[in-house]
Amino acid sequence: MERIGLAPGGKTGEVLAQEIVQRFPQDVTVTKATHNRLYAKVDKAALVGLCTYMRDSLDFEHVTSVGGVDWLEEKKMQVVYHITSYANKVTAELVVDLPRDTPEVDSITFLWGGANWHERETWDMFGIVFVGHPKLERLLNPDGTEVFPFRKDFVSGRRV
Amino acid sequence: MAEMWLNMGPQHPMTHGLWNLRVKVDGETMTEAEPVIGYLHRGWEKITESRKYPQIIPMADRLCYGASMSWSHLYCLTIEDLMEVEVPDRAKWIRTIVLEAQRIGSHLMWLAALGTDLGSYTVFLYPVRERELFLDLMQNLCGARMTYNYPRIGGVRNDVPANFERDFTRVLNHFEKRLSDYEALCDQSTIFRMRMEDVGYLSAEKAKNLGVTGPNLRGSGVDYDVRRDDPYEMYDQVDWKVCVEKTCDAYARYRVKMDEMRESCNIIRQCIKKMKPGAIRVKPPRTAPKGKTGWAHVEDPRGEGFMYVIGNGDDRPYRLKVRSPIFVTVSAAPEMLVGYKVADVPAIMGSVDMCLGETDR
Repeated sequence: MERIGLAPGGKTGEVLAQEIVQRFPQDVTVTKATHNRLYAKVDKAALVGLCTYMRDSLDFEHVTSVGGVDWLEEKKMQVVYHITSYANKVTAELVVDLPRDTPEVDSITFLWGGANWHERETWDMFGIVFVGHPKLERLLNPDGTEVFPFRKDFVSGRRV
Repeated sequence: MAEMWLNMGPQHPMTHGLWNLRVKVDGETMTEAEPVIGYLHRGWEKITESRKYPQIIPMADRLCYGASMSWSHLYCLTIEDLMEVEVPDRAKWIRTIVLEAQRIGSHLMWLAALGTDLGSYTVFLYPVRERELFLDLMQNLCGARMTYNYPRIGGVRNDVPANFERDFTRVLNHFEKRLSDYEALCDQSTIFRMRMEDVGYLSAEKAKNLGVTGPNLRGSGVDYDVRRDDPYEMYDQVDWKVCVEKTCDAYARYRVKMDEMRESCNIIRQCIKKMKPGAIRVKPPRTAPKGKTGWAHVEDPRGEGFMYVIGNGDDRPYRLKVRSPIFVTVSAAPEMLVGYKVADVPAIMGSVDMCLGETDR
Protein backbone atom coordinates (compact mmCIF):
# COMPACT_ATOMS: atom_id res chain seq x y z
CA MET A 1 0.00 0.00 0.00
CA GLU A 2 1.39 3.37 -0.99
CA ARG A 3 1.41 5.97 1.76
CA ILE A 4 1.64 9.66 1.03
CA GLY A 5 4.63 11.57 2.31
CA LEU A 6 6.74 8.42 2.73
CA ALA A 7 9.26 6.32 0.82
CA PRO A 8 8.06 2.84 -0.28
CA GLY A 9 10.05 1.08 2.47
CA GLY A 10 8.79 -2.38 3.29
CA LYS A 11 11.96 -3.88 4.80
CA THR A 12 11.64 -5.86 8.01
CA GLY A 13 13.78 -5.43 11.10
CA GLU A 14 15.76 -8.57 10.28
CA VAL A 15 16.71 -7.29 6.83
CA LEU A 16 17.67 -3.88 8.20
CA ALA A 17 19.79 -5.56 10.89
CA GLN A 18 21.67 -7.53 8.24
CA GLU A 19 22.35 -4.42 6.19
CA ILE A 20 23.60 -2.55 9.25
CA VAL A 21 25.90 -5.40 10.34
CA GLN A 22 27.31 -5.72 6.83
CA ARG A 23 28.10 -2.03 6.77
CA PHE A 24 29.47 -1.80 10.35
CA PRO A 25 30.76 -5.29 11.22
CA GLN A 26 33.08 -4.14 14.04
CA ASP A 27 31.22 -1.32 15.72
CA VAL A 28 27.61 -2.48 15.86
CA THR A 29 26.33 -5.59 17.65
CA VAL A 30 22.73 -6.43 16.87
CA THR A 31 21.33 -8.19 19.93
CA LYS A 32 17.84 -8.90 18.63
CA ALA A 33 15.80 -8.21 15.51
CA THR A 34 12.15 -8.95 14.82
CA HIS A 35 9.87 -7.80 12.03
CA ASN A 36 9.25 -4.41 13.66
CA ARG A 37 11.97 -4.08 16.29
CA LEU A 38 15.75 -3.83 16.19
CA TYR A 39 18.04 -3.80 19.22
CA ALA A 40 21.72 -2.93 18.88
CA LYS A 41 24.74 -1.92 20.90
CA VAL A 42 26.82 0.71 19.18
CA ASP A 43 30.37 1.87 19.70
CA LYS A 44 30.44 5.56 20.56
CA ALA A 45 32.81 6.44 17.72
CA ALA A 46 30.56 4.83 15.10
CA LEU A 47 27.32 6.46 16.22
CA VAL A 48 27.20 9.37 13.78
CA GLY A 49 28.29 7.16 10.88
CA LEU A 50 25.58 4.64 11.68
CA CYS A 51 22.89 7.29 12.13
CA THR A 52 23.82 8.99 8.86
CA TYR A 53 23.61 5.63 7.10
CA MET A 54 20.27 4.86 8.74
CA ARG A 55 18.78 8.19 7.79
CA ASP A 56 20.08 8.40 4.22
CA SER A 57 19.92 4.78 3.09
CA LEU A 58 17.47 2.94 5.35
CA ASP A 59 14.65 5.53 5.60
CA PHE A 60 14.80 6.15 9.34
CA GLU A 61 13.01 9.50 9.44
CA HIS A 62 12.11 10.00 13.06
CA VAL A 63 13.82 10.13 16.45
CA THR A 64 11.35 8.77 18.96
CA SER A 65 13.49 9.30 22.00
CA VAL A 66 16.97 9.94 23.33
CA GLY A 67 17.46 9.18 27.00
CA GLY A 68 20.24 8.69 29.48
CA VAL A 69 20.85 5.98 32.07
CA ASP A 70 23.27 6.29 34.95
CA TRP A 71 24.89 2.99 35.98
CA LEU A 72 26.58 4.04 39.19
CA GLU A 73 28.01 0.66 40.23
CA GLU A 74 29.22 -0.22 36.74
CA LYS A 75 30.82 3.26 36.51
CA LYS A 76 29.26 3.97 33.12
CA MET A 77 26.57 6.06 31.51
CA GLN A 78 24.35 4.96 28.69
CA VAL A 79 22.57 6.91 26.02
CA VAL A 80 19.60 5.02 24.60
CA TYR A 81 18.32 6.08 21.18
CA HIS A 82 15.01 4.97 19.74
CA ILE A 83 14.86 5.76 16.06
CA THR A 84 11.82 4.97 13.94
CA SER A 85 11.44 4.33 10.26
CA TYR A 86 7.97 5.36 9.14
CA ALA A 87 8.50 3.78 5.73
CA ASN A 88 9.65 0.40 7.05
CA LYS A 89 7.51 0.49 10.22
CA VAL A 90 10.55 -0.49 12.30
CA THR A 91 11.85 1.06 15.51
CA ALA A 92 15.53 0.60 16.36
CA GLU A 93 16.95 0.81 19.86
CA LEU A 94 20.60 1.86 19.89
CA VAL A 95 22.53 1.72 23.14
CA VAL A 96 25.82 3.60 23.50
CA ASP A 97 28.04 3.08 26.56
CA LEU A 98 30.05 6.02 27.89
CA PRO A 99 32.59 6.26 30.72
CA ARG A 100 30.95 7.82 33.78
CA ASP A 101 33.72 10.34 34.52
CA THR A 102 33.76 11.79 30.98
CA PRO A 103 30.30 11.19 29.47
CA GLU A 104 30.63 12.61 25.97
CA VAL A 105 29.01 11.54 22.73
CA ASP A 106 28.50 13.17 19.34
CA SER A 107 25.22 14.97 18.83
CA ILE A 108 22.81 13.70 16.16
CA THR A 109 20.77 16.90 16.08
CA PHE A 110 22.26 17.90 12.71
CA LEU A 111 20.70 14.73 11.26
CA TRP A 112 17.30 14.85 12.97
CA GLY A 113 16.06 18.12 14.45
CA GLY A 114 13.76 16.04 16.66
CA ALA A 115 16.75 14.94 18.75
CA ASN A 116 17.50 18.54 19.76
CA TRP A 117 15.44 18.85 22.92
CA HIS A 118 15.89 15.19 23.89
CA GLU A 119 19.66 15.68 23.95
CA ARG A 120 19.32 18.97 25.75
CA GLU A 121 17.13 17.34 28.39
CA THR A 122 19.54 14.44 28.77
CA TRP A 123 22.39 16.88 29.37
CA ASP A 124 20.18 18.81 31.76
CA MET A 125 19.36 15.74 33.82
CA PHE A 126 22.46 13.54 33.52
CA GLY A 127 25.28 15.85 32.46
CA ILE A 128 25.98 13.82 29.35
CA VAL A 129 27.68 16.16 26.90
CA PHE A 130 26.49 16.01 23.29
CA VAL A 131 29.40 17.32 21.25
CA GLY A 132 28.22 19.63 18.47
CA HIS A 133 24.78 20.29 19.92
CA PRO A 134 23.57 23.78 18.91
CA LYS A 135 22.35 24.87 22.33
CA LEU A 136 23.34 22.75 25.31
CA GLU A 137 21.59 24.78 28.01
CA ARG A 138 19.23 24.05 30.88
CA LEU A 139 15.78 23.13 29.64
CA LEU A 140 13.57 21.79 32.42
CA ASN A 141 15.74 22.85 35.37
CA PRO A 142 16.16 26.57 36.04
CA ASP A 143 19.18 28.35 34.61
CA GLY A 144 22.08 28.24 37.02
CA THR A 145 21.31 24.80 38.44
CA GLU A 146 24.64 23.25 39.41
CA VAL A 147 23.61 19.61 39.79
CA PHE A 148 22.44 16.85 37.47
CA PRO A 149 19.39 15.57 39.33
CA PHE A 150 18.76 12.25 37.54
CA ARG A 151 22.20 10.88 38.36
CA LYS A 152 22.03 8.06 40.88
CA ASP A 153 24.43 9.77 43.30
CA PHE A 154 22.16 12.80 43.53
CA VAL A 155 20.35 12.60 46.84
CA SER A 156 16.77 13.54 46.09
CA GLY A 157 14.86 15.42 48.75
CA ARG A 158 17.68 17.75 49.74
CA ARG A 159 17.80 21.42 48.93
CA VAL A 160 20.02 22.20 45.98
CA MET B 1 11.82 49.35 12.65
CA ALA B 2 13.59 48.12 15.75
CA GLU B 3 13.20 44.45 16.56
CA MET B 4 12.19 43.43 20.03
CA TRP B 5 11.59 40.30 22.06
CA LEU B 6 8.04 39.69 23.24
CA ASN B 7 7.18 37.31 26.07
CA MET B 8 3.92 35.44 25.62
CA GLY B 9 3.65 33.66 28.94
CA PRO B 10 4.11 32.13 31.46
CA GLN B 11 0.77 33.74 32.30
CA HIS B 12 -0.94 34.39 29.00
CA PRO B 13 -4.31 33.30 27.56
CA MET B 14 -2.56 31.74 24.57
CA THR B 15 -0.44 29.27 26.53
CA HIS B 16 -2.95 26.69 27.85
CA GLY B 17 -0.73 25.78 30.72
CA LEU B 18 2.43 27.21 32.07
CA TRP B 19 5.03 27.95 29.47
CA ASN B 20 6.61 30.92 27.84
CA LEU B 21 6.81 31.64 24.15
CA ARG B 22 9.41 34.25 23.41
CA VAL B 23 9.06 35.75 19.97
CA LYS B 24 11.23 38.33 18.26
CA VAL B 25 9.08 40.73 16.30
CA ASP B 26 9.91 43.12 13.53
CA GLY B 27 6.85 45.32 13.50
CA GLU B 28 4.16 42.64 13.67
CA THR B 29 6.09 39.92 11.85
CA MET B 30 7.84 37.24 13.87
CA THR B 31 11.45 36.73 12.92
CA GLU B 32 12.51 34.34 15.67
CA ALA B 33 10.75 32.27 18.29
CA GLU B 34 11.93 30.43 21.35
CA PRO B 35 9.69 28.30 23.55
CA VAL B 36 10.71 28.21 27.22
CA ILE B 37 9.39 25.28 29.25
CA GLY B 38 10.11 23.74 32.63
CA TYR B 39 7.70 25.68 34.85
CA LEU B 40 5.79 22.48 35.67
CA HIS B 41 8.78 20.16 36.04
CA ARG B 42 8.14 17.77 38.93
CA GLY B 43 10.92 15.24 38.42
CA TRP B 44 8.38 12.59 37.50
CA GLU B 45 10.96 10.16 36.13
CA LYS B 46 13.07 10.45 39.28
CA ILE B 47 10.08 9.95 41.60
CA THR B 48 9.15 6.69 39.85
CA GLU B 49 12.54 5.22 40.81
CA SER B 50 11.40 5.09 44.43
CA ARG B 51 7.90 3.70 43.78
CA LYS B 52 6.68 0.14 43.29
CA TYR B 53 5.44 -0.75 39.82
CA PRO B 54 1.68 -0.62 40.58
CA GLN B 55 2.09 2.62 42.53
CA ILE B 56 3.21 4.39 39.37
CA ILE B 57 -0.09 3.82 37.53
CA PRO B 58 -1.99 6.68 39.27
CA MET B 59 1.12 8.84 38.88
CA ALA B 60 1.07 8.19 35.13
CA ASP B 61 -2.50 9.48 35.09
CA ARG B 62 -1.22 12.85 36.26
CA LEU B 63 1.14 13.20 33.31
CA CYS B 64 -1.73 14.67 31.36
CA TYR B 65 -5.05 15.19 33.08
CA GLY B 66 -6.71 15.77 29.71
CA ALA B 67 -5.74 12.34 28.36
CA SER B 68 -4.86 10.43 31.50
CA MET B 69 -6.13 7.07 30.27
CA SER B 70 -3.65 6.96 27.43
CA TRP B 71 -0.72 7.64 29.77
CA SER B 72 -1.57 5.06 32.42
CA HIS B 73 -2.27 2.63 29.60
CA LEU B 74 1.11 3.38 28.02
CA TYR B 75 2.79 2.78 31.36
CA CYS B 76 1.06 -0.59 31.75
CA LEU B 77 1.97 -1.54 28.18
CA THR B 78 5.62 -0.75 28.88
CA ILE B 79 5.72 -2.80 32.07
CA GLU B 80 3.98 -5.66 30.27
CA ASP B 81 6.78 -5.57 27.70
CA LEU B 82 9.34 -5.61 30.52
CA MET B 83 7.70 -8.46 32.43
CA GLU B 84 6.52 -10.35 29.34
CA VAL B 85 2.90 -10.42 30.43
CA GLU B 86 0.22 -11.48 27.95
CA VAL B 87 -3.02 -9.53 28.38
CA PRO B 88 -6.38 -11.35 27.96
CA ASP B 89 -8.43 -10.50 24.87
CA ARG B 90 -11.35 -8.92 26.69
CA ALA B 91 -9.02 -6.55 28.52
CA LYS B 92 -7.53 -5.54 25.17
CA TRP B 93 -10.98 -4.78 23.75
CA ILE B 94 -11.94 -2.73 26.80
CA ARG B 95 -8.66 -0.84 26.62
CA THR B 96 -9.18 -0.05 22.95
CA ILE B 97 -12.65 1.32 23.71
CA VAL B 98 -11.57 3.50 26.61
CA LEU B 99 -8.53 4.76 24.71
CA GLU B 100 -10.70 5.92 21.84
CA ALA B 101 -13.24 7.46 24.22
CA GLN B 102 -10.29 9.25 25.83
CA ARG B 103 -9.11 10.43 22.42
CA ILE B 104 -12.52 11.96 21.75
CA GLY B 105 -12.58 13.57 25.20
CA SER B 106 -9.11 15.01 24.72
CA HIS B 107 -9.85 16.30 21.23
CA LEU B 108 -13.06 17.92 22.51
CA MET B 109 -11.08 19.72 25.20
CA TRP B 110 -8.66 20.88 22.52
CA LEU B 111 -11.52 22.11 20.30
CA ALA B 112 -13.03 23.99 23.23
CA ALA B 113 -9.67 25.66 23.95
CA LEU B 114 -9.24 26.53 20.28
CA GLY B 115 -12.71 28.09 20.32
CA THR B 116 -11.80 30.47 23.12
CA ASP B 117 -8.49 31.26 21.43
CA LEU B 118 -10.26 32.33 18.29
CA GLY B 119 -12.98 34.22 20.11
CA SER B 120 -15.85 31.87 19.41
CA TYR B 121 -17.49 31.17 22.74
CA THR B 122 -19.99 28.74 21.20
CA VAL B 123 -17.15 26.54 19.99
CA PHE B 124 -16.00 26.49 23.60
CA LEU B 125 -19.36 25.63 25.14
CA TYR B 126 -20.62 22.94 22.77
CA PRO B 127 -17.61 20.58 22.87
CA VAL B 128 -17.33 20.93 26.65
CA ARG B 129 -21.00 20.00 26.91
CA GLU B 130 -20.52 16.81 24.87
CA ARG B 131 -17.25 15.99 26.62
CA GLU B 132 -19.28 15.74 29.79
CA LEU B 133 -21.09 12.72 28.32
CA PHE B 134 -17.80 10.92 27.78
CA LEU B 135 -16.70 11.83 31.28
CA ASP B 136 -19.95 10.32 32.55
CA LEU B 137 -19.27 7.11 30.64
CA MET B 138 -15.82 6.94 32.19
CA GLN B 139 -17.24 7.67 35.60
CA ASN B 140 -19.63 4.76 35.19
CA LEU B 141 -16.72 2.57 34.23
CA CYS B 142 -14.17 3.44 36.88
CA GLY B 143 -15.57 6.05 39.24
CA ALA B 144 -13.38 8.97 38.27
CA ARG B 145 -13.96 11.82 35.86
CA MET B 146 -10.44 12.70 34.82
CA THR B 147 -7.65 10.71 36.47
CA TYR B 148 -8.99 7.23 36.01
CA ASN B 149 -6.39 4.83 37.46
CA TYR B 150 -8.12 2.17 35.36
CA PRO B 151 -5.56 0.10 33.39
CA ARG B 152 -3.55 -2.45 35.33
CA ILE B 153 -0.33 -4.29 34.55
CA GLY B 154 -1.79 -7.38 32.90
CA GLY B 155 -5.30 -6.11 32.16
CA VAL B 156 -7.79 -3.61 33.49
CA ARG B 157 -9.08 -2.96 37.00
CA ASN B 158 -12.71 -4.03 36.63
CA ASP B 159 -15.08 -5.34 34.01
CA VAL B 160 -17.50 -3.00 32.28
CA PRO B 161 -20.63 -1.95 34.21
CA ALA B 162 -24.16 -3.01 33.35
CA ASN B 163 -25.58 -1.39 30.19
CA PHE B 164 -22.10 -0.37 29.08
CA GLU B 165 -22.80 -1.15 25.40
CA ARG B 166 -26.18 0.60 25.47
CA ASP B 167 -24.81 3.76 27.09
CA PHE B 168 -21.84 3.96 24.75
CA THR B 169 -24.02 3.49 21.68
CA ARG B 170 -26.44 6.18 22.83
CA VAL B 171 -23.67 8.67 23.50
CA LEU B 172 -21.99 7.94 20.17
CA ASN B 173 -25.24 8.34 18.24
CA HIS B 174 -25.84 11.67 19.93
CA PHE B 175 -22.23 12.78 19.60
CA GLU B 176 -21.90 12.11 15.88
CA LYS B 177 -24.79 14.47 15.20
CA ARG B 178 -23.23 17.13 17.41
CA LEU B 179 -19.88 16.68 15.67
CA SER B 180 -21.51 17.85 12.44
CA ASP B 181 -22.69 20.92 14.37
CA TYR B 182 -19.15 21.80 15.40
CA GLU B 183 -17.94 21.37 11.87
CA ALA B 184 -20.66 23.69 10.65
CA LEU B 185 -19.77 26.20 13.36
CA CYS B 186 -16.10 26.20 12.40
CA ASP B 187 -15.90 25.39 8.72
CA GLN B 188 -18.66 27.78 7.72
CA SER B 189 -17.34 30.60 9.84
CA THR B 190 -15.37 33.06 7.74
CA ILE B 191 -13.50 34.34 10.76
CA PHE B 192 -12.44 30.85 11.81
CA ARG B 193 -11.18 29.97 8.35
CA MET B 194 -9.41 33.28 7.82
CA ARG B 195 -7.51 32.78 11.05
CA MET B 196 -6.71 29.08 10.54
CA GLU B 197 -6.01 28.75 6.83
CA ASP B 198 -2.53 29.38 5.44
CA VAL B 199 -0.90 29.98 8.79
CA GLY B 200 1.58 27.80 10.65
CA TYR B 201 2.89 26.04 7.56
CA LEU B 202 4.94 22.94 8.42
CA SER B 203 6.17 20.91 5.45
CA ALA B 204 6.14 17.11 5.51
CA GLU B 205 9.94 16.96 5.39
CA LYS B 206 10.31 19.36 8.30
CA ALA B 207 7.58 17.65 10.32
CA LYS B 208 9.31 14.28 9.99
CA ASN B 209 12.75 15.66 10.70
CA LEU B 210 11.69 17.73 13.71
CA GLY B 211 9.97 14.78 15.36
CA VAL B 212 6.44 16.17 15.16
CA THR B 213 4.02 13.28 15.62
CA GLY B 214 0.36 12.41 15.77
CA PRO B 215 -2.40 14.59 14.28
CA ASN B 216 0.11 17.38 13.69
CA LEU B 217 2.25 15.08 11.54
CA ARG B 218 -0.74 13.82 9.62
CA GLY B 219 -1.86 17.41 9.10
CA SER B 220 1.43 17.84 7.24
CA GLY B 221 0.52 15.00 4.89
CA VAL B 222 2.52 12.11 6.33
CA ASP B 223 0.54 8.90 6.44
CA TYR B 224 1.76 7.38 9.69
CA ASP B 225 -0.20 6.27 12.72
CA VAL B 226 1.24 4.03 15.43
CA ARG B 227 -2.15 2.40 15.85
CA ARG B 228 -2.02 1.05 12.30
CA ASP B 229 1.69 0.77 11.60
CA ASP B 230 2.85 -0.76 14.87
CA PRO B 231 -0.44 -2.09 16.23
CA TYR B 232 -1.02 -2.62 19.94
CA GLU B 233 -4.17 -3.80 21.73
CA MET B 234 -6.88 -4.57 19.14
CA TYR B 235 -6.33 -1.87 16.54
CA ASP B 236 -5.35 -4.47 13.93
CA GLN B 237 -8.67 -6.29 14.44
CA VAL B 238 -10.91 -3.38 13.50
CA ASP B 239 -11.41 -1.68 10.18
CA TRP B 240 -10.64 2.02 10.24
CA LYS B 241 -8.73 4.61 8.28
CA VAL B 242 -5.92 7.00 9.12
CA CYS B 243 -6.90 10.64 8.64
CA VAL B 244 -4.39 12.65 6.60
CA GLU B 245 -4.56 16.21 5.28
CA LYS B 246 -2.14 17.63 2.75
CA THR B 247 -2.32 21.38 3.23
CA CYS B 248 0.21 21.46 6.13
CA ASP B 249 -1.34 24.52 7.84
CA ALA B 250 -3.18 25.08 11.11
CA TYR B 251 -6.48 24.33 9.40
CA ALA B 252 -5.20 20.92 8.26
CA ARG B 253 -4.25 20.04 11.84
CA TYR B 254 -7.75 21.05 12.90
CA ARG B 255 -9.33 18.92 10.16
CA VAL B 256 -7.29 15.84 11.11
CA LYS B 257 -8.44 16.02 14.72
CA MET B 258 -12.08 16.44 13.71
CA ASP B 259 -11.90 13.44 11.36
CA GLU B 260 -10.16 11.42 14.05
CA MET B 261 -13.10 11.89 16.39
CA ARG B 262 -15.41 10.34 13.76
CA GLU B 263 -12.97 7.50 13.23
CA SER B 264 -12.81 6.93 17.00
CA CYS B 265 -16.61 6.54 17.09
CA ASN B 266 -16.29 3.99 14.31
CA ILE B 267 -13.58 2.05 16.21
CA ILE B 268 -15.59 2.03 19.45
CA ARG B 269 -18.69 0.70 17.68
CA GLN B 270 -16.75 -2.17 16.14
CA CYS B 271 -15.03 -2.99 19.44
CA ILE B 272 -18.35 -3.14 21.28
CA LYS B 273 -19.63 -5.58 18.66
CA LYS B 274 -16.57 -7.81 18.71
CA MET B 275 -15.99 -7.88 22.46
CA LYS B 276 -16.57 -11.32 24.05
CA PRO B 277 -16.86 -12.36 27.71
CA GLY B 278 -13.68 -13.59 29.34
CA ALA B 279 -10.92 -12.82 31.80
CA ILE B 280 -10.02 -9.14 32.20
CA ARG B 281 -6.75 -9.45 34.04
CA VAL B 282 -3.82 -11.78 34.68
CA LYS B 283 -1.52 -11.69 37.67
CA PRO B 284 1.77 -10.03 36.71
CA PRO B 285 5.12 -10.67 38.42
CA ARG B 286 5.96 -8.25 41.22
CA THR B 287 9.59 -7.82 40.28
CA ALA B 288 11.65 -7.42 37.13
CA PRO B 289 15.22 -8.70 36.62
CA LYS B 290 18.07 -6.23 37.00
CA GLY B 291 19.13 -4.66 33.74
CA LYS B 292 16.21 -6.02 31.71
CA THR B 293 14.62 -3.37 29.54
CA GLY B 294 11.25 -2.84 27.94
CA TRP B 295 9.62 -0.12 25.92
CA ALA B 296 6.36 0.70 24.19
CA HIS B 297 4.99 3.49 22.09
CA VAL B 298 1.37 4.42 21.48
CA GLU B 299 -0.68 6.94 19.56
CA ASP B 300 -1.56 9.39 22.29
CA PRO B 301 -4.25 11.97 21.32
CA ARG B 302 -1.39 14.44 20.87
CA GLY B 303 1.18 12.27 19.14
CA GLU B 304 3.56 9.46 19.82
CA GLY B 305 3.83 8.66 23.51
CA PHE B 306 6.74 6.47 24.50
CA MET B 307 8.13 4.94 27.67
CA TYR B 308 11.37 3.05 28.28
CA VAL B 309 11.93 1.13 31.48
CA ILE B 310 14.86 -0.72 33.07
CA GLY B 311 14.31 -3.30 35.82
CA ASN B 312 16.27 -3.21 39.04
CA GLY B 313 15.93 -6.77 40.33
CA ASP B 314 13.30 -5.67 42.85
CA ASP B 315 9.80 -4.21 42.68
CA ARG B 316 10.88 -0.74 41.59
CA PRO B 317 12.17 0.46 38.21
CA TYR B 318 15.82 1.45 37.86
CA ARG B 319 14.92 4.06 35.29
CA LEU B 320 11.73 5.10 33.54
CA LYS B 321 12.04 7.43 30.59
CA VAL B 322 9.02 9.20 29.13
CA ARG B 323 8.78 10.70 25.70
CA SER B 324 6.06 13.27 25.55
CA PRO B 325 4.73 14.13 22.08
CA ILE B 326 4.18 17.80 22.84
CA PHE B 327 7.66 18.17 24.33
CA VAL B 328 9.05 17.57 20.84
CA THR B 329 6.28 19.33 18.93
CA VAL B 330 6.77 22.54 20.89
CA SER B 331 10.47 22.45 20.04
CA ALA B 332 9.34 22.67 16.41
CA ALA B 333 7.18 25.74 17.17
CA PRO B 334 9.71 28.23 15.69
CA GLU B 335 9.42 26.43 12.35
CA MET B 336 5.65 26.99 12.37
CA LEU B 337 5.71 30.55 13.72
CA VAL B 338 8.50 32.44 11.96
CA GLY B 339 7.27 34.64 9.15
CA TYR B 340 3.71 35.01 10.43
CA LYS B 341 2.16 37.88 12.36
CA VAL B 342 2.06 37.99 16.13
CA ALA B 343 -1.75 37.82 15.97
CA ASP B 344 -1.50 34.35 14.36
CA VAL B 345 0.16 32.84 17.42
CA PRO B 346 -3.07 31.73 19.17
CA ALA B 347 -4.33 30.04 16.01
CA ILE B 348 -1.03 28.28 15.29
CA MET B 349 -0.24 27.13 18.82
CA GLY B 350 -3.94 26.40 19.40
CA SER B 351 -3.93 23.97 16.49
CA VAL B 352 -1.04 22.06 18.07
CA ASP B 353 -2.97 21.08 21.23
CA MET B 354 -0.53 21.93 24.02
CA CYS B 355 -0.43 20.03 27.29
CA LEU B 356 2.20 21.07 29.79
CA GLY B 357 1.76 18.29 32.33
CA GLU B 358 3.33 15.76 30.00
CA THR B 359 5.77 18.22 28.43
CA ASP B 360 7.54 19.16 31.66
CA ARG B 361 6.95 15.87 33.51
